[in-house]
Amino acid sequence: MKADWSTFWPKVLDATGETVYMVLITLALSTVGGLAVGLTLYATRKGGVLPSRFVHAVLGTLINIIRPVPFIIAIVALAPVTRGVVGTMIGTNAAIFPMTVVATFGVARIVESNLLAVEPGVIEAARSMGAGPLRILLTVLVPEALGPLVLGLTFMLVALIDFSAVAGTVGGGGVGNLAMTYGYLRFDTSVMVVTVLVLIALVQSAQLLGNLVSRKVLRR
Amino acid sequence: MTAAVELRDVAKEFPGGARAVDGVSLSVEAGTVFGVVGHSGAGKSTLLRLVNGLEEPTSGSVLLDGQDISALGERRLRPLRREIGMIFQQFNLFRSRTVLGNVLYPLRLAGMGRAAARARAEETLEFVGLAGHGGRYPEQLSGGQRQRVGIARALATRPKVLLCDEATSALDPQTTGEVLALLGRVNRELGVTILLITHEMEVVRTLCDRVAVMEDGKVVESGEVYEVFARPRHATTAAFVRSERHSEPDAPLMERLRSRHPGRLVTLPVTDGSPALEGLSELLQLHGVDFALVHGGVGEVRGRPLGSVTLELRGRPAAVEAVVAGLRVPGLAEAGAR
Ligand SMILES: Nc1ncnc2c1ncn2[C@@H]1O[C@H](COP(=O)(O)OP(=O)(O)OP(=O)(O)O)[C@@H](O)[C@H]1O
Ligand SMILES: [Mg+2]
Repeated sequence: MKADWSTFWPKVLDATGETVYMVLITLALSTVGGLAVGLTLYATRKGGVLPSRFVHAVLGTLINIIRPVPFIIAIVALAPVTRGVVGTMIGTNAAIFPMTVVATFGVARIVESNLLAVEPGVIEAARSMGAGPLRILLTVLVPEALGPLVLGLTFMLVALIDFSAVAGTVGGGGVGNLAMTYGYLRFDTSVMVVTVLVLIALVQSAQLLGNLVSRKVLRR
Repeated sequence: MTAAVELRDVAKEFPGGARAVDGVSLSVEAGTVFGVVGHSGAGKSTLLRLVNGLEEPTSGSVLLDGQDISALGERRLRPLRREIGMIFQQFNLFRSRTVLGNVLYPLRLAGMGRAAARARAEETLEFVGLAGHGGRYPEQLSGGQRQRVGIARALATRPKVLLCDEATSALDPQTTGEVLALLGRVNRELGVTILLITHEMEVVRTLCDRVAVMEDGKVVESGEVYEVFARPRHATTAAFVRSERHSEPDAPLMERLRSRHPGRLVTLPVTDGSPALEGLSELLQLHGVDFALVHGGVGEVRGRPLGSVTLELRGRPAAVEAVVAGLRVPGLAEAGAR
């Protein structure tokens, strides 16, 4: 059975909307969470502004456990927690939870490595002016690292579009779900082509937007 | 009168055993410029960082205006650091902020209101010759301009002391001159005490009142700049001031001079304690000896002459000997014929 295109286009539109919604909410949540975890990770490292071997080790280990797990496995493994937090295991909101968990730790690593790349001399200058650790983190390190951070977040945004499609195939809604239910299960090549094109368009716009913003921040 | 900065037997040992600063005592009078020279790794930067508490001394004490800061702890050091400006070899400007934003940073940090901070920042930028550049970003400036921003940022909060870590080492000679002239104004017009470290004697010659020479974490020689330049006592000091003394010829050069000039060669140091050239002409006339200037020159260090000249003496051997002997009279005592 082939899709009836007159009723199918609205479905594509809805699914695209769902994907954008999932991805943007997840990006917002994981940026906030990832910044917090990444800043903590940076600050607590040896020789950092607020060294704490314990906190650093716990966070580092957590990230190293979560990051290598394939996303499809993470969804399934987190499912009981998802049900506890969101109340359901299917649908768009249920997909956002595991996506946020995984993305938060990804963003945390991006934040940490970009903060580490900030020249120590600038931190030294701020210290010589009498700035304290928290102020240095927020008014020196984050602004100085903002350009590469935006590029890192763009990378995460593109990964999230990928994640959302994966989540879609296991009941998460969005373009992935559409591709699965219509394109794959009903062997409809035209649907498949449309969903792939939609995903490509989404990734392209995400990358374009990221480049634009980072260029604005880096002024080049 | 208490010194603006005083170090008393200060040592700094890093974990791993490196003794970067090893028993240094020095005293910087308020309103003066004090230079510390030394080769790479001598411990100069560490010494400077001890002064504003970026490093805590392993032993000994650091006094600012008579107040011992060595055991204050980070939290109580912070307000004190606002009274000590610091500039760096690599400028260390905030790339994410404009020139004005860089200068505003320490002012806002000190709790100054927005309008007052802006007025002060613009005033400081004008002092360093960057009025009208406030809206630009550091990467749009030349090295010399960047260091001026660094100086403006360090001076914004009106510190009494300015620490300079190789402030001109990344600049070309012309720009170095401009920045040194600015630092001179900072000292004279604003009365800021300057403690600077460098490996360029040029900086010491043009700017400093006193100088200390560091090697392996220790101060091996210190004193008034002219005295150290004119009469270095330590081998390291002698090596540093050599170029500033207008090239006393070294052995290979002496060989070449000898091959070109058959007469007797003598090298006379010129300092303000040895009126060599005036006494010389009488001596030459007396003995009927002629001379040619074959090498050397005389410059000025802090307004006093310093240099050396190498002469070829021509005449009857006995007469030349008499002149050489005459050069050994007091006042020309160290003139030593070679
Ligand atoms: N944080 C640190 N940990 C361990 N060793 C250090 C540290 N900082 C400096 N050192 C060591 O202390 C010694 C003195 O270093 P310092 O930077 O003070 O020298 P410097 O005279 O400023 O040299 P340069 O002219 O190259 O800047 C060096 O051997 C250096 O390796
Ligand atoms: Mg150094």
